[in-house]
Amino acid sequence: MNVLVCIKQVPDTKIIKVNPKTNTLDRSSAPAILNPYDAHAVEEAVRLTEQHGGKVIVLSMGPPQARIAIKKCIEIGADEGYLISDRRFAGADTLATSYALYKAIEKLIKEEGIDLVLCGKHAIDGDTGQVGPGIARRMEIPPLTNVIRVEKVDTDEGSIIVHRKIENGYERIQSTLPCLLTVEKEINEVAYSPLPNMIKAARYEPIVWTVDDLNDVDVKQLGLKGSPTIVGKMWPPEKSSGADMIGGTVEEQVEQLLTITLEKRELFSVKGGETT
Amino acid sequence: MNLEDYKDVWVFIEQQDSHIIDVGLELLGAGRELADKLDVKLCGFILGDHVTEAAKSLYAYGADKVYVIEDPILKDYRTETYMKATGDLVRKYKPEIILYGATANGKDLASAVATEVMTGLTADTTLLDINVEKRLFEASRPAFGGNIMATILCKKHRPQMATVRPKVMKKPDPDWHREGTLELVSEAISLKEDTLRTKVIEIVREAKKAVNLEEADVIVAAGKGIKDEKGFQMVKELADALGASVGASRDIVEAGLCGHDHQVGQTGLTVTPKLYIAIGISGAVQHIVGMQNSDLIIAINNDPDAAIFNAAHVGVVADAFEIVPMLTQAFRTQLAGEEAGGVTADV
Ligand SMILES: Cc1cc2nc3c(=O)[nH]c(=O)nc-3n(C[C@H](O)[C@H](O)[C@H](O)COP(=O)(O)OP(=O)(O)OC[C@H]3O[C@@H](n4cnc5c(N)ncnc54)[C@H](O)[C@@H]3O)c2cc1C
Ligand SMILES: Cc1cc2nc3c(=O)[nH]c(=O)nc-3n(C[C@H](O)[C@H](O)[C@H](O)COP(=O)(O)OP(=O)(O)OC[C@H]3O[C@@H](n4cnc5c(N)ncnc54)[C@H](O)[C@@H]3O)c2cc1C
Repeated sequence: MNVLVCIKQVPDTKIIKVNPKTNTLDRSSAPAILNPYDAHAVEEAVRLTEQHGGKVIVLSMGPPQARIAIKKCIEIGADEGYLISDRRFAGADTLATSYALYKAIEKLIKEEGIDLVLCGKHAIDGDTGQVGPGIARRMEIPPLTNVIRVEKVDTDEGSIIVHRKIENGYERIQSTLPCLLTVEKEINEVAYSPLPNMIKAARYEPIVWTVDDLNDVDVKQLGLKGSPTIVGKMWPPEKSSGADMIGGTVEEQVEQLLTITLEKRELFSVKGGETT
Repeated sequence: MNLEDYKDVWVFIEQQDSHIIDVGLELLGAGRELADKLDVKLCGFILGDHVTEAAKSLYAYGADKVYVIEDPILKDYRTETYMKATGDLVRKYKPEIILYGATANGKDLASAVATEVMTGLTADTTLLDINVEKRLFEASRPAFGGNIMATILCKKHRPQMATVRPKVMKKPDPDWHREGTLELVSEAISLKEDTLRTKVIEIVREAKKAVNLEEADVIVAAGKGIKDEKGFQMVKELADALGASVGASRDIVEAGLCGHDHQVGQTGLTVTPKLYIAIGISGAVQHIVGMQNSDLIIAINNDPDAAIFNAAHVGVVADAFEIVPMLTQAFRTQLAGEEAGGVTADV
């Protein structure tokens, strides 16, 4: 069973800074990392192929330095990595991103055969979670989003049962293969990479394709041109005008807090208060 | 594509076991404003089995018209059936804007439909508006881990679509005198169960959590400033005195002082209590996005420059270890006094 994992290199949004003058993100302020959800997707793919045979292929669209994120996946245990990189891909929204990735997947299916596609639940930068379902729609395979567990894979029958996280619980859903899963972090713990993987990763160079390496590409559907959405303006999240500060001694502060809070007296359930 | 052919604002009404879940009603509130600005109809669309009765309740929340597709095949959400049904509706009736709740299924559906009908989709929005002059939908959302807000536009494709975070828009007060029209769409779903590739085997609804912060009226939340188990107990006592639920920043959850079901923020819960008291919380943007829509936010922090004071309505610069026990005591005395007073008055 060959498993394809789509992975994205993202800036570490824990550290990224906003340039207060231009209201844009200062990408140089944060290191580029493998999207954390995608690490879980690769881990899951490795586990599944350990059980059912086949290989793990990772695919990314991005600038040349996204190679590094692919190498990270080799460390986790992926067998092969492909990077599609071309200026014509740039500025893609999720519709154009899923189109480009789909075109590469089409070629990989011809060359290697793919039984299952995995994506992260979302990427921590663009943070839409829309690319996975978009790819599935283009491949005409079922998307199963927010997966927290793969319960069973039956390669003979060509079926899979997974648990999807929903608002107040989860659902068990069965699908035929091939299908596409987007995974939550709960699905597994990313294991420490064994030494041979590290050695392999250090030497590994992913295969890089440009638009011209893909078949029957409609360039109008790529990049900025192929994107129905555009980012209008950006601004740092609104700060309210600030709090009314309560000064004075601690006793005075307590007194005032009591007064302010008790204006909302109806909120506090006190035994005996609820005389019905 | 002729953009003028597309009219009306639509809201996807998500149901569970034929019960409408709140986010759809919240979006009718938000959709009403958009529809009024555009001077078009506000329509709900609901898919399911036995949902017509529930559909009729939507007029009270602002819908002028409701499209209903009823079919046993649509009982539980599945991408393949819902995407097909929604795609058919969109192609037939051509809405100008569609809003979906950013729930697991709402996001799943919207993403699939966007690709199905080839249009733009703005994710997880928190602010919606119309540029009336250009007749353009302006959907804004936090991105990059909440570090930035961006307005996303979809100029040349219709419908313009967005998913909207639950609990951000206000659910309107129902007006049971409002009327509307029901459009039962019967031909749209042409799928047969035995040709489908997915099957929901079971839906496991987890028992209502012991703490349900999302529904709490009063939350007292602890941050790293309270340091340890002892400090956390101190905050819990204040919460007890107020009959409040206990919230926490991520650092408190990671320190093991309470479970993840107490965490407020981007990777925790979005809460909208009437009163939120933040104690020793610095006010990181990832925390703020989870509580900023609370009616009244009181912050206690010993650092006058803490960012939490920008998000709070009332701020107190104080040492939590000094003021919190005093506050707890003051509440206890006050509320006990009222109770005693109340009892005598009742007698
Ligand atoms: C501020 C801002 C806001 C934006 N808002 C929107 C919006 O509302 N709607 C919209 O359509 N676009 C939006 N975009 C564009 C969007 O970020 C890009 O299209 C991006 O390429 C993919 O979206 P994502 O990061 O949201 O991925 P997600 O859909 O969140 O990613 C989910 C999974 O898809 C796979 N994946 C995603 N990208 C790649 C890739 N390049 N290579 C391989 N696998 C990948 C990974 O498995 C990933 O875990 C926005 C961009 C910015 C800068
Ligand atoms: C992707 C991502 C997702 C995240 N999701 C969340 C999330 O969902 N929820 C969340 O909360 N965080 C989240 N975070 C973490 C967030 O960035 C902050 O690190 C976190 O909120 C800080 O918690 P804190 O305010 O409790 O601690 P700190 O930042 O350490 O603040 C402690 C505060 O206590 C004050 N203090 C110290 N001593 C006292 C005293 N004696 N009396 C009064 N005040 C005192 C200090 O002045 C300080 O302001 C996320 C981060 C990332 C990158």
